[in-house]
Amino acid sequence: MAAAANPIEQFEIHEYFPVVNIAGHQIAFTDAAMFMVLAVVLTAALMLGATAGRRLVPTRMQSVAELLYEFVATMIRSTAGEHGMKFLPLVFSVFIFVLIANLVGLIPLSFSITSQIVVTASLALLVFFTVIIHGLWQHGFRFFKLFAPSGVPVVMQLLIVPIEIMSFLARPVSHSLRLFANILAGHVTLSLVGSFSAMMIAGFGVIGWFGALLPLAFAVALFALELLVALLQAYVFAILTCIYLNDSLHPGH
Amino acid sequence: MDPQAAKFLGAGLACIGMGTTAIGVASVFGQYLTGALRNPSAAAGQFNNLILGFALAEAFGIFSLLVAFLLLFVL
Repeated sequence: MAAAANPIEQFEIHEYFPVVNIAGHQIAFTDAAMFMVLAVVLTAALMLGATAGRRLVPTRMQSVAELLYEFVATMIRSTAGEHGMKFLPLVFSVFIFVLIANLVGLIPLSFSITSQIVVTASLALLVFFTVIIHGLWQHGFRFFKLFAPSGVPVVMQLLIVPIEIMSFLARPVSHSLRLFANILAGHVTLSLVGSFSAMMIAGFGVIGWFGALLPLAFAVALFALELLVALLQAYVFAILTCIYLNDSLHPGH
Repeated sequence: MDPQAAKFLGAGLACIGMGTTAIGVASVFGQYLTGALRNPSAAAGQFNNLILGFALAEAFGIFSLLVAFLLLFVL
Protein backbone atom coordinates (compact mmCIF):
# COMPACT_ATOMS: atom_id res chain seq x y z
CA MET A 1 0.00 0.00 0.00
CA ALA A 2 1.46 3.31 -1.01
CA ALA A 3 1.76 5.82 1.77
CA ALA A 4 -0.36 8.93 1.33
CA ALA A 5 1.58 12.06 0.45
CA ASN A 6 1.64 14.53 3.29
CA PRO A 7 -1.25 16.91 2.55
CA ILE A 8 0.40 19.75 4.49
CA GLU A 9 3.37 19.72 2.10
CA GLN A 10 1.58 22.00 -0.40
CA PHE A 11 1.76 24.92 2.04
CA GLU A 12 5.55 24.89 2.28
CA ILE A 13 7.17 28.09 1.11
CA HIS A 14 10.05 27.80 -1.33
CA GLU A 15 12.59 30.56 -1.81
CA TYR A 16 13.31 31.72 -5.33
CA PHE A 17 16.14 34.16 -4.80
CA PRO A 18 17.39 36.19 -1.82
CA VAL A 19 16.65 39.91 -1.81
CA VAL A 20 18.14 41.51 1.30
CA ASN A 21 19.83 40.38 4.50
CA ILE A 22 18.55 42.24 7.57
CA ALA A 23 20.35 41.50 10.86
CA GLY A 24 21.17 37.93 9.90
CA HIS A 25 17.68 37.18 8.59
CA GLN A 26 17.57 36.30 4.95
CA ILE A 27 14.60 38.01 3.27
CA ALA A 28 13.96 36.12 0.06
CA PHE A 29 11.53 36.34 -2.82
CA THR A 30 9.35 33.27 -2.22
CA ASP A 31 6.49 31.66 -4.08
CA ALA A 32 4.14 33.31 -1.57
CA ALA A 33 5.56 36.68 -2.57
CA MET A 34 5.24 35.78 -6.23
CA PHE A 35 1.56 34.87 -5.92
CA MET A 36 0.88 38.05 -3.95
CA VAL A 37 2.47 40.06 -6.75
CA LEU A 38 0.42 38.02 -9.21
CA ALA A 39 -2.80 38.84 -7.33
CA VAL A 40 -1.98 42.55 -7.36
CA VAL A 41 -1.02 42.49 -11.05
CA LEU A 42 -4.21 40.60 -11.98
CA THR A 43 -6.34 43.05 -9.99
CA ALA A 44 -4.62 46.05 -11.52
CA ALA A 45 -4.91 44.60 -15.01
CA LEU A 46 -8.62 43.88 -14.51
CA MET A 47 -9.53 47.25 -13.05
CA LEU A 48 -7.23 49.50 -15.08
CA GLY A 49 -7.66 47.59 -18.32
CA ALA A 50 -11.43 47.46 -17.98
CA THR A 51 -11.87 51.15 -17.18
CA ALA A 52 -9.25 52.49 -19.61
CA GLY A 53 -11.88 53.27 -22.28
CA ARG A 54 -14.44 54.79 -19.87
CA ARG A 55 -17.27 54.20 -22.29
CA LEU A 56 -20.79 55.36 -21.54
CA VAL A 57 -22.05 52.03 -22.83
CA PRO A 58 -19.71 49.66 -21.00
CA THR A 59 -17.81 46.88 -22.71
CA ARG A 60 -17.98 43.43 -21.22
CA MET A 61 -14.88 43.89 -19.05
CA GLN A 62 -15.96 47.36 -18.00
CA SER A 63 -19.30 46.03 -16.78
CA VAL A 64 -17.45 43.40 -14.73
CA ALA A 65 -15.48 46.20 -13.08
CA GLU A 66 -18.64 48.25 -12.58
CA LEU A 67 -20.46 45.27 -11.08
CA LEU A 68 -17.61 44.69 -8.63
CA TYR A 69 -17.60 48.37 -7.67
CA GLU A 70 -21.38 48.44 -7.19
CA PHE A 71 -21.24 45.21 -5.18
CA VAL A 72 -18.68 46.57 -2.73
CA ALA A 73 -20.33 50.00 -2.58
CA THR A 74 -23.72 48.44 -1.73
CA MET A 75 -22.07 46.26 0.91
CA ILE A 76 -20.52 49.31 2.60
CA ARG A 77 -23.69 51.42 2.39
CA SER A 78 -25.82 48.68 3.94
CA THR A 79 -23.43 47.95 6.84
CA ALA A 80 -21.59 51.19 7.60
CA GLY A 81 -23.89 53.79 6.07
CA GLU A 82 -23.03 56.64 3.71
CA HIS A 83 -20.12 57.78 5.94
CA GLY A 84 -18.47 54.45 5.31
CA MET A 85 -17.92 55.27 1.65
CA LYS A 86 -14.60 56.94 2.50
CA PHE A 87 -13.33 53.46 3.34
CA LEU A 88 -14.30 52.14 -0.09
CA PRO A 89 -10.69 51.99 -1.37
CA LEU A 90 -9.63 49.93 1.66
CA VAL A 91 -12.58 47.54 1.60
CA PHE A 92 -12.42 47.20 -2.19
CA SER A 93 -8.69 46.43 -2.14
CA VAL A 94 -9.05 43.89 0.65
CA PHE A 95 -12.01 42.21 -1.03
CA ILE A 96 -10.44 41.97 -4.48
CA PHE A 97 -7.07 40.88 -3.12
CA VAL A 98 -8.58 38.07 -1.03
CA LEU A 99 -10.93 37.07 -3.85
CA ILE A 100 -8.20 36.87 -6.50
CA ALA A 101 -5.81 35.15 -4.08
CA ASN A 102 -8.45 32.53 -3.21
CA LEU A 103 -9.36 31.90 -6.84
CA VAL A 104 -5.76 31.75 -8.06
CA GLY A 105 -4.97 29.36 -5.20
CA LEU A 106 -7.62 26.95 -6.50
CA ILE A 107 -5.75 26.45 -9.79
CA PRO A 108 -4.00 23.07 -9.48
CA LEU A 109 -0.26 23.27 -8.71
CA SER A 110 -0.51 26.95 -7.81
CA PHE A 111 0.01 28.36 -4.34
CA SER A 112 -2.75 29.71 -2.10
CA ILE A 113 -1.42 32.71 -0.20
CA THR A 114 -4.54 33.03 1.95
CA SER A 115 -3.63 29.65 3.44
CA GLN A 116 -0.68 31.37 5.12
CA ILE A 117 -1.76 32.82 8.48
CA VAL A 118 0.85 35.57 8.20
CA VAL A 119 -1.00 36.98 5.17
CA THR A 120 -4.50 36.85 6.65
CA ALA A 121 -3.26 38.07 10.05
CA SER A 122 -1.59 41.06 8.38
CA LEU A 123 -4.84 41.95 6.61
CA ALA A 124 -6.89 41.51 9.80
CA LEU A 125 -4.45 43.60 11.86
CA LEU A 126 -4.51 46.30 9.19
CA VAL A 127 -8.29 46.50 9.62
CA PHE A 128 -8.04 46.29 13.42
CA PHE A 129 -5.59 49.19 13.70
CA THR A 130 -7.49 51.22 11.11
CA VAL A 131 -10.58 50.89 13.33
CA ILE A 132 -8.71 51.94 16.49
CA ILE A 133 -6.75 54.82 14.96
CA HIS A 134 -9.64 56.20 12.93
CA GLY A 135 -12.03 55.81 15.88
CA LEU A 136 -9.74 57.65 18.30
CA TRP A 137 -8.91 60.33 15.74
CA GLN A 138 -12.54 60.90 14.80
CA HIS A 139 -14.26 60.53 18.18
CA GLY A 140 -11.51 60.88 20.80
CA PHE A 141 -12.46 59.31 24.10
CA ARG A 142 -16.06 58.87 22.96
CA PHE A 143 -14.70 55.95 20.94
CA PHE A 144 -14.58 53.95 24.18
CA LYS A 145 -18.37 54.14 24.39
CA LEU A 146 -18.07 51.20 22.01
CA PHE A 147 -17.36 49.04 25.04
CA ALA A 148 -20.27 50.36 27.12
CA PRO A 149 -23.61 49.92 25.34
CA SER A 150 -26.07 52.66 26.21
CA GLY A 151 -29.23 51.85 28.13
CA VAL A 152 -27.62 49.13 30.25
CA PRO A 153 -27.82 49.40 34.08
CA VAL A 154 -24.54 50.25 35.85
CA VAL A 155 -24.43 46.88 37.63
CA MET A 156 -24.64 45.09 34.29
CA GLN A 157 -21.98 47.39 32.79
CA LEU A 158 -19.42 45.86 35.20
CA LEU A 159 -20.07 42.54 33.53
CA ILE A 160 -20.56 43.73 29.98
CA VAL A 161 -17.57 46.06 29.59
CA PRO A 162 -14.93 43.34 30.14
CA ILE A 163 -16.79 41.04 27.77
CA GLU A 164 -16.99 43.76 25.11
CA ILE A 165 -13.29 44.52 25.47
CA MET A 166 -12.43 40.83 25.20
CA SER A 167 -14.56 40.38 22.11
CA PHE A 168 -13.03 43.50 20.56
CA LEU A 169 -9.51 42.17 21.13
CA ALA A 170 -10.44 38.72 19.81
CA ARG A 171 -11.62 40.21 16.52
CA PRO A 172 -8.35 40.13 14.56
CA VAL A 173 -7.79 36.56 15.72
CA SER A 174 -11.14 35.24 14.55
CA HIS A 175 -11.08 37.49 11.47
CA SER A 176 -7.77 36.10 10.23
CA LEU A 177 -8.24 32.54 11.47
CA ARG A 178 -11.59 32.17 9.70
CA LEU A 179 -10.18 32.86 6.25
CA PHE A 180 -6.93 31.00 6.85
CA ALA A 181 -8.56 27.90 8.34
CA ASN A 182 -11.26 27.70 5.65
CA ILE A 183 -8.76 27.81 2.81
CA LEU A 184 -6.28 25.53 4.58
CA ALA A 185 -8.89 22.93 5.49
CA GLY A 186 -10.30 23.03 1.96
CA HIS A 187 -6.94 22.46 0.33
CA VAL A 188 -6.00 19.70 2.77
CA THR A 189 -9.31 17.92 2.12
CA LEU A 190 -8.85 18.21 -1.66
CA SER A 191 -5.35 16.84 -1.37
CA LEU A 192 -6.51 13.94 0.85
CA VAL A 193 -9.33 12.94 -1.48
CA GLY A 194 -6.97 13.22 -4.43
CA SER A 195 -4.48 10.94 -2.72
CA PHE A 196 -7.23 8.30 -2.24
CA SER A 197 -7.40 8.02 -6.03
CA ALA A 198 -3.62 7.72 -6.27
CA MET A 199 -3.59 5.05 -3.55
CA MET A 200 -6.29 3.05 -5.37
CA ILE A 201 -4.27 3.01 -8.58
CA ALA A 202 -1.00 2.27 -6.82
CA GLY A 203 -2.48 -0.47 -4.66
CA PHE A 204 -4.84 -2.41 -6.95
CA GLY A 205 -3.58 -1.92 -10.51
CA VAL A 206 -6.23 -2.19 -13.23
CA ILE A 207 -9.11 -2.77 -10.77
CA GLY A 208 -7.88 0.31 -8.95
CA TRP A 209 -8.52 2.42 -12.04
CA PHE A 210 -12.25 1.81 -11.58
CA GLY A 211 -12.00 2.17 -7.82
CA ALA A 212 -10.25 5.51 -8.31
CA LEU A 213 -13.28 6.94 -10.12
CA LEU A 214 -15.32 7.27 -6.92
CA PRO A 215 -12.84 9.49 -5.01
CA LEU A 216 -12.22 11.37 -8.25
CA ALA A 217 -15.92 12.21 -8.59
CA PHE A 218 -15.94 13.24 -4.95
CA ALA A 219 -12.91 15.46 -5.54
CA VAL A 220 -14.70 17.20 -8.43
CA ALA A 221 -17.75 17.86 -6.25
CA LEU A 222 -15.47 19.09 -3.47
CA PHE A 223 -13.73 21.40 -5.90
CA ALA A 224 -17.07 23.03 -6.71
CA LEU A 225 -17.65 23.50 -2.98
CA GLU A 226 -14.19 25.02 -2.63
CA LEU A 227 -15.02 27.49 -5.40
CA LEU A 228 -18.07 28.54 -3.39
CA VAL A 229 -15.99 28.77 -0.21
CA ALA A 230 -13.38 30.91 -1.98
CA LEU A 231 -16.03 33.42 -3.06
CA LEU A 232 -17.90 33.25 0.24
CA GLN A 233 -14.87 33.74 2.44
CA ALA A 234 -13.71 36.76 0.42
CA TYR A 235 -17.22 38.19 0.84
CA VAL A 236 -17.30 37.41 4.57
CA PHE A 237 -13.84 38.89 5.09
CA ALA A 238 -14.95 42.09 3.36
CA ILE A 239 -18.31 42.36 5.14
CA LEU A 240 -16.68 41.81 8.54
CA THR A 241 -14.23 44.57 7.62
CA CYS A 242 -17.23 46.82 6.93
CA ILE A 243 -18.88 45.89 10.23
CA TYR A 244 -15.69 46.60 12.19
CA LEU A 245 -15.17 49.90 10.37
CA ASN A 246 -18.76 50.80 11.25
CA ASP A 247 -17.71 50.69 14.92
CA SER A 248 -15.05 53.31 14.31
CA LEU A 249 -17.55 55.49 12.44
CA HIS A 250 -20.48 55.17 14.83
CA PRO A 251 -19.29 54.03 18.28
CA GLY A 252 -21.65 53.81 21.21
CA HIS A 253 -24.87 52.34 19.90
CA MET B 1 -1.16 5.34 26.41
CA ASP B 2 0.83 5.25 23.23
CA PRO B 3 1.35 8.90 22.12
CA GLN B 4 0.46 7.96 18.54
CA ALA B 5 -2.86 6.48 19.71
CA ALA B 6 -3.55 9.56 21.82
CA LYS B 7 -2.98 11.73 18.75
CA PHE B 8 -5.53 9.80 16.70
CA LEU B 9 -8.02 9.83 19.58
CA GLY B 10 -7.57 13.57 19.90
CA ALA B 11 -8.14 14.07 16.20
CA GLY B 12 -11.33 12.03 16.43
CA LEU B 13 -12.53 13.98 19.44
CA ALA B 14 -11.84 17.26 17.66
CA CYS B 15 -14.29 16.21 14.97
CA ILE B 16 -17.16 16.29 17.51
CA GLY B 17 -16.93 20.05 17.10
CA MET B 18 -17.82 19.67 13.45
CA GLY B 19 -21.01 17.85 14.37
CA THR B 20 -22.09 20.64 16.70
CA THR B 21 -21.34 23.12 13.94
CA ALA B 22 -23.71 21.21 11.71
CA ILE B 23 -26.46 21.94 14.26
CA GLY B 24 -25.53 25.63 14.19
CA VAL B 25 -25.48 25.89 10.40
CA ALA B 26 -28.74 23.97 10.15
CA SER B 27 -30.28 26.38 12.64
CA VAL B 28 -29.15 29.38 10.57
CA PHE B 29 -30.71 28.05 7.36
CA GLY B 30 -33.75 26.62 9.11
CA GLN B 31 -34.62 29.88 10.84
CA TYR B 32 -34.06 31.74 7.59
CA LEU B 33 -36.45 29.45 5.74
CA THR B 34 -39.03 29.74 8.50
CA GLY B 35 -38.87 33.50 8.30
CA ALA B 36 -38.72 33.55 4.51
CA LEU B 37 -41.84 31.40 4.14
CA ARG B 38 -43.79 33.60 6.53
CA ASN B 39 -42.76 36.81 4.82
CA PRO B 40 -41.31 36.03 1.38
CA SER B 41 -41.10 39.69 0.38
CA ALA B 42 -38.60 40.43 3.17
CA ALA B 43 -36.49 37.34 2.48
CA ALA B 44 -34.27 38.77 -0.25
CA GLY B 45 -33.15 41.63 1.99
CA GLN B 46 -31.85 39.23 4.60
CA PHE B 47 -29.69 37.17 2.24
CA ASN B 48 -26.51 39.01 3.31
CA ASN B 49 -27.25 38.28 6.96
CA LEU B 50 -27.90 34.65 6.06
CA ILE B 51 -24.50 34.30 4.42
CA LEU B 52 -22.83 36.13 7.29
CA GLY B 53 -24.49 33.94 9.91
CA PHE B 54 -23.59 30.83 7.95
CA ALA B 55 -19.95 31.85 7.69
CA LEU B 56 -19.71 32.78 11.38
CA ALA B 57 -21.23 29.46 12.46
CA GLU B 58 -19.29 27.41 9.94
CA ALA B 59 -15.94 28.91 10.98
CA PHE B 60 -15.92 27.01 14.28
CA GLY B 61 -16.38 23.69 12.55
CA ILE B 62 -13.46 24.58 10.33
CA PHE B 63 -11.43 25.41 13.44
CA SER B 64 -12.03 21.96 14.89
CA LEU B 65 -11.23 20.37 11.54
CA LEU B 66 -8.01 22.35 11.60
CA VAL B 67 -7.18 21.00 15.04
CA ALA B 68 -7.78 17.48 13.75
CA PHE B 69 -5.49 18.10 10.77
CA LEU B 70 -2.81 19.59 12.98
CA LEU B 71 -2.90 16.52 15.22
CA LEU B 72 -2.79 14.12 12.28
CA PHE B 73 -0.21 15.70 10.03
CA VAL B 74 1.79 18.38 11.79
CA LEU B 75 2.40 17.44 15.43
